[in-house]
Amino acid sequence: MTDTVLRVAGISKRFGGLQALSDVGLTIQRGQVYGLIGPNGAGKTTFFNVITGLYTPDSGTFELAGKPYTPSAVHEVAKAGIARTFQNIRLFADMTALENVMVGRHVRTRSGLIGAVLRSPKFKEEERQIADRAHELLEYVGIARLADYKARTLSYGDQRRLEIARALATDPQLIALDEPAAGMNSTEKVVLRELIDRIRKDGRTILLIEHDVKLVMGLCDRVTVLDYGKQIAEGSPYDVQRDEKVIEAYLGHSHKPTTQAAGGKAE
Amino acid sequence: MDKQKRLIVIFLAALALAILPLLLQAAGNFWVRIADTALLYVLLALGLNIVVGYAGLLDLGFVAFFAIGAYTFGLLASPHLPENFAWIAQQFGDSLHTPVWLVIPIGAAVAGVFGILLGAPTLKLRGDYLAIVTLGFGEIIRVFLNNLDQPVNITNGPKGISQIDSVRFFNIEFARALDITEDYAINSVTLYYYLFLLLVVASVIICHRLELSRIGRAWMAIREDEIAAKAMGINTRNMKLLAFGMGATFGGVSGVMFAAFQGFISPESFSLMESVMIVAMVVLGGIGHLPGVILGAVLLSALPEVLRWVSGVIDLQAVTGGRLDAAILRQLLIALAMIIVMLLRPRGLWPTPEHGKSLQRLNGAKKGGAA
Repeated sequence: MTDTVLRVAGISKRFGGLQALSDVGLTIQRGQVYGLIGPNGAGKTTFFNVITGLYTPDSGTFELAGKPYTPSAVHEVAKAGIARTFQNIRLFADMTALENVMVGRHVRTRSGLIGAVLRSPKFKEEERQIADRAHELLEYVGIARLADYKARTLSYGDQRRLEIARALATDPQLIALDEPAAGMNSTEKVVLRELIDRIRKDGRTILLIEHDVKLVMGLCDRVTVLDYGKQIAEGSPYDVQRDEKVIEAYLGHSHKPTTQAAGGKAE
Repeated sequence: MDKQKRLIVIFLAALALAILPLLLQAAGNFWVRIADTALLYVLLALGLNIVVGYAGLLDLGFVAFFAIGAYTFGLLASPHLPENFAWIAQQFGDSLHTPVWLVIPIGAAVAGVFGILLGAPTLKLRGDYLAIVTLGFGEIIRVFLNNLDQPVNITNGPKGISQIDSVRFFNIEFARALDITEDYAINSVTLYYYLFLLLVVASVIICHRLELSRIGRAWMAIREDEIAAKAMGINTRNMKLLAFGMGATFGGVSGVMFAAFQGFISPESFSLMESVMIVAMVVLGGIGHLPGVILGAVLLSALPEVLRWVSGVIDLQAVTGGRLDAAILRQLLIALAMIIVMLLRPRGLWPTPEHGKSLQRLNGAKKGGAA
């Protein structure tokens, strides 16, 4: 369980006059849930977009499962093995839940135009496998009964879970969740937490960006804290919570501590 | 049971489509001609549906591919090129007669290449911006066709190309009636009807299969959310180019058939209005849904002709004292129909069903049980 899934180092990204990320790096081991937290505007999503190829970094080295990769095009990153979800859900709204997950299989399947038009046996076989796998994954995240509903008709929590199923469909080395608990009520959060836990137990590696400190502290094996684009702490949740700089970043500059951060600290 | 029912429906539909021109033929060639044109438009609408309906790329210059197909056949199967280029005349004689079965793939390929050429610079554009660029592309092609009679006469400019070969398969000459018995013959237009029907059926099958494939799903994913599609590992650049190319191919085939059917083509036939009509067919019928698209194409292409006939029969011009004639009535009614349809059925006349397959079956069973 000690092999490294993702190793990135020295990532910097500048937007005009704003240094969004300076020299950020982290290492994620297989089977870990790795948390990335930080106050608003700390650079979490920028970091996320850099490693998934949406933004081109100014500098940095990237290595996925022992192989270097360049996050130059988003679809190449997905192919290399990082699947992601989006902070503001981005499903294929007018396609059914099943079709959404089937799209996730795109990158691991090959059949092309001619196979599709001629309905070759190979095509049919692959198509059957895609559908089977998609059904399996819907079952896995617990929304199998909604397979034939259009994605836009699903409830918020179900849409989040569908996004996770779609990401899992790409057979990722690393699954990156961008604020999966955003906008969820506490019951939905419990269900989500169980799902993430189960995904980890099945041997997958997760990078979790989250605002909800309680969720991060409960789930993650390791945590990195960003503030103003700099990495201010790295370690186990227990250590990070007691880190002077982290406390200052979350509480130091505001007059009133937010209840969430305080709750996480008071454990 | 379910499958049997489907087979019966397909069989009846095939029978109806096969008999239709024979009935129309009895009423007059004029009616069969309307059906022929409708089928050509169905072919065009199916092609555009790949681009607009599946991949979600609004293309307002689709008629350009129709034109490219038509001119491919026009140039390869008429006396025009030998008349203007001595070396071609020397090589091939007074008139080119490339067989149509050869020109169909050539026309499809040429149109496909142009489709990709149009697609390449517009990859980053979406929605309105893409529409403007494609509209420009459609006009560029038309203007080229209109002006390429100088310095060397390639397209014969606004005069168009005439004396284009008609279709000939084996020993069947489509330009002439086919005598079955002494006193019964299948008219030329009816023969074309069957040819076009064959092409439409093939296209429907291709489209349907693409829709339910990895490629089709990738196109729809791009339509729904391009960034998410990329994040799922879809190479959106290639997929978009493929959609443009595939759609254009259909347009090209339709154009080849059009040129052979008419025997004469000129840039006038490929105006912006045509592009708009094809988009209207797709949208009015039900964007992305094959039966809807076909319905839209048939309605919008046949209706004007029927209206023209109706206004001729009741002598509209005399009745309204010359204020209204067929052309005006046609535009009026089509505009009105579009507004009404968009108000009452914004997703088209026959839109994609709300849910996936198993649910439809479930709902069907429920309804059946209740009844």
